[in-house]
Amino acid sequence: MSQSLPMAGMPANSNLVGLTKHDYRGNPTTLCAGCGHNSISNQIIAAMYEMNVLPENVLKFSGIGCSSKSPTYFMNRTFGFNSLHGRMPSIATGGLFGDHTLKGIAVSGDGDTASIGMGQFKHIMRRNVNMVYIVENNGVYGLTKGQFSATAEHGLHLKKQGTNPYMPIDICMEAVISNATFIARSFAGNAKQVKELIKAAYAHKGLAVLDIISPCVTFNNNEDAHYSYPWGKEHESPLHDLTYIPPRNEIMLEAELKEGEVREVTMHDGSVIVLKNLEKNHDPTNRLEAFRVLEEGQRNNWLATGLIYISTDKPTLAETYNLVDTPLNRLADADLRPAPEMIQKINDLMF
Amino acid sequence: MDKVINDFSIIVGTKNGSGSQTANNTILRAIFKMGIPVSGKNLFPSNIQGLPTWYTIRASKDGFLARREEQEVVIAMNPDSFARDLASVTPGGAFYYADDIKQPITRADIAVYAMPVKQIVRNDKTIPNDFRDLVGNMVYVGTLAHMINLDLGKIEAALQFHFKGKQKPIDMNMNIVQAGMEWAKATLEKKDPFVLEPMNKTDGLIMADGNTAAAIGSIFGGAQFVSWYPITPASSLAEAVSDYMPMLRKREDGKLTYAVVQAEDELAAIGMAIGAGWSGLRAMTSTSGPGLSLMTEFAGLAYYAEVPVVVWDVQRIGPSTGLPTRTSQADLTFVYNIGHGDTQSIILLPGNVNECFELGWKAFDVAERLQTPVFVLSDLDMGMNQWMSKPFEYPDQRMDRGKVLWEKDLEELKGNWGRYLDKDGDGIPYRTIPGNKHPLSSYFMRGTGHDEYARYTEDSSVFLHNMERLKKKFETAKQYLPKPVTYMSEGAKIGIIAYGSTEAAINEARVQLERDHDMQTSFLRVRAVPFTTEVDEFIRAHDQIGVVEMNRDGQLHQLLTLAYPEAAMKFRSVAYGDGMPASARWVREGLLATISRAVKADPAEEEMQPTVSLGAAEEDVVPEGVK
Repeated sequence: MSQSLPMAGMPANSNLVGLTKHDYRGNPTTLCAGCGHNSISNQIIAAMYEMNVLPENVLKFSGIGCSSKSPTYFMNRTFGFNSLHGRMPSIATGGLFGDHTLKGIAVSGDGDTASIGMGQFKHIMRRNVNMVYIVENNGVYGLTKGQFSATAEHGLHLKKQGTNPYMPIDICMEAVISNATFIARSFAGNAKQVKELIKAAYAHKGLAVLDIISPCVTFNNNEDAHYSYPWGKEHESPLHDLTYIPPRNEIMLEAELKEGEVREVTMHDGSVIVLKNLEKNHDPTNRLEAFRVLEEGQRNNWLATGLIYISTDKPTLAETYNLVDTPLNRLADADLRPAPEMIQKINDLMF
Repeated sequence: MDKVINDFSIIVGTKNGSGSQTANNTILRAIFKMGIPVSGKNLFPSNIQGLPTWYTIRASKDGFLARREEQEVVIAMNPDSFARDLASVTPGGAFYYADDIKQPITRADIAVYAMPVKQIVRNDKTIPNDFRDLVGNMVYVGTLAHMINLDLGKIEAALQFHFKGKQKPIDMNMNIVQAGMEWAKATLEKKDPFVLEPMNKTDGLIMADGNTAAAIGSIFGGAQFVSWYPITPASSLAEAVSDYMPMLRKREDGKLTYAVVQAEDELAAIGMAIGAGWSGLRAMTSTSGPGLSLMTEFAGLAYYAEVPVVVWDVQRIGPSTGLPTRTSQADLTFVYNIGHGDTQSIILLPGNVNECFELGWKAFDVAERLQTPVFVLSDLDMGMNQWMSKPFEYPDQRMDRGKVLWEKDLEELKGNWGRYLDKDGDGIPYRTIPGNKHPLSSYFMRGTGHDEYARYTEDSSVFLHNMERLKKKFETAKQYLPKPVTYMSEGAKIGIIAYGSTEAAINEARVQLERDHDMQTSFLRVRAVPFTTEVDEFIRAHDQIGVVEMNRDGQLHQLLTLAYPEAAMKFRSVAYGDGMPASARWVREGLLATISRAVKADPAEEEMQPTVSLGAAEEDVVPEGVK
């Protein structure tokens, strides 16, 4: 099978592997209009196109939830596995053993990762699987219609759920503790940063955790919430009639955040969230600094965004296993079944 | 006194963690090497050190290897179980005990021998203090060497094997064996009839445990990915894979063609295996009931998504604490319908160590051919105990990788294929494997909501169509499954159906039934679910069929009744599960209690007369008014 390469007659907008942006697209989204997840899917498409990645060299993984639906909406030419709630990391770990030359892109959510999937999330970081692990984080369960997730802030009030009595889980903090080798955070509305971080994560050898704040347009709708697109009083009542979800525009940043900049982002109804881009002198190779900027964010009630931590000297899981160069799933029968004379040797080893 | 030669049981009562396993395996192996059919069973608690544990060894000139309830030779090394051990000796039997146990001997009907275990060990100045208790167990090996004629050379061969030729521990243990033997020779007078004499009935056989056999069989099946989580009694299966892979899959460049991953739990263990199966690897996991419970959701996903994966279930009693280290056959119905929604599992049922090897490699062929999870049900008794076995045989079939389309296949098809399209009409679709570079090779794997081209849909008619195809695939499966093993008695109208490790007890019981009760039986041991046509024929050929299994509810009986409703009246459930390996006695008594003997006298009357169990069932019918 010959690989597609740029050549005469290719469309003018094709990249170095001869593909157009269209070749990276997925099916039309079925998520709510204005959902931050769609913006992230678009940035994955753009990043892969710009990085000249052959879609066949990628594997897509997801668990269950709104976020986990989104791999359907990008890269149709890529194999994917929409698995079980909270269990995407194990499917990805095994799946990537099939062909160690492939790279994983996984999309999960805050429920899928920080609640039911916390154990597998922690262990895939430990193993440094060669994969981009995106958490589309909105602090709320969308598909089951608006329960708190484990990343929801303490004291957050949702109309049907009441007030959240528990402390939140900080995905990036968990990643630092678990020795993840790449940790970044962004905001779905900060398209350029999302794309650049996806590119960096894809280029990273090992597991890259990308915590992307991706507001739920429908359920996490209260003022002052980190993850919200509040609606304004006149919309509140009809919102909870779940048969009708009014279309909204996604909130996008007008200008890119500068290094060290703190910016309040205004939501549909005028409420704000606060983003703090990392300082220019932030050293992402220093794990202690990574702790510090996350702790600082918690104290100041802002979300540190950017590349928080990176370590480039750890082997990936496949490297740890010293696998043959040929992908395991291309090995011939003769490579797998021991030779006939070995049966005698084995019987001799028994008593 | 007439000698009783090569036909008695020995039981050793020790403390868990006291190092008695070396001594007990040495006795077992020495008897085996003397050419005498023998079996050994470790009856151990869930404990690392301290609780009572027993090891039974049965020598049987007739080749019966099942557990016996009777024990003629008892060795008591544990004060905590001393009274119980003393009481357990068969009248006329022999009782050996460590003389530092100061408890009353309350039996006059047995031969009693006190062994100065501590003294003999102390006399050997070469033994470091730390090792004294450990090698102390060799005193009873040496004592038996003299008292029952356990061959000294064979004992040494067993120790050579156990210590992989390392001379220092071999010498240390042999010295104590010899000291024990000399002490017995000089001191003891033989007052019981139980002795061994060499035979040639183990020539050409090997001794192995089922978990090791399963692991090696899996490697000969081309296993590439093994993910597992520690659990008794399955851990030694995955560990044996790690032990034997380096030798069996050695390459000159030192690189590996496989990966063994110890997962964080059973959820992850099966998840990884399914991921690997999806991406084209021969993938497996091994566990026991509690782990399987955790694997349930994933097993259902693999059934619906159609991912090949092999799951070994070494059955034990469960759940939680209590009897987790005791054997059982109580996962059958659970596994058959594992997963939520409509599911049907392919189950392979090895009956002995040799078959653990055979089904080890076959399971991958079945899983990849059918693109579905294949469960292999072993049990603790088969998996962890040493059994005499035919040597392992090299696979007689080439690896069957199933219906896989690679780049050149897709080019020939011009990319025209559907992941869930029943192109061949056998219910088995074609699949592509991640890494395939053809632009039309990929698909997005999901559970239930997919059409023939793996596109997302929630359409009811598409769902129904797919479910019908899955059902058809289950029928197709029968031709790929291992056939049952049958033992036919000419003209027998009574049949026995069972599976797994109960075979030894059943075949012994059949001899007793014929000899002592004039009851002739045929026996079919199923090796797979769904049941293959041979089972149909066996059921047709017999009037009454005892279904023998180690559980409470008669799970195989339930599956047979579901599969053969027209024959339901023939089935008699002989189910019993107390955690102990099956014995001929309970099989025999269970069959005598449930098989109607009136049938033999007048077959014509059988149509009229309800059988014993049916009679009971009729009485249970609730009158309409009560409902």
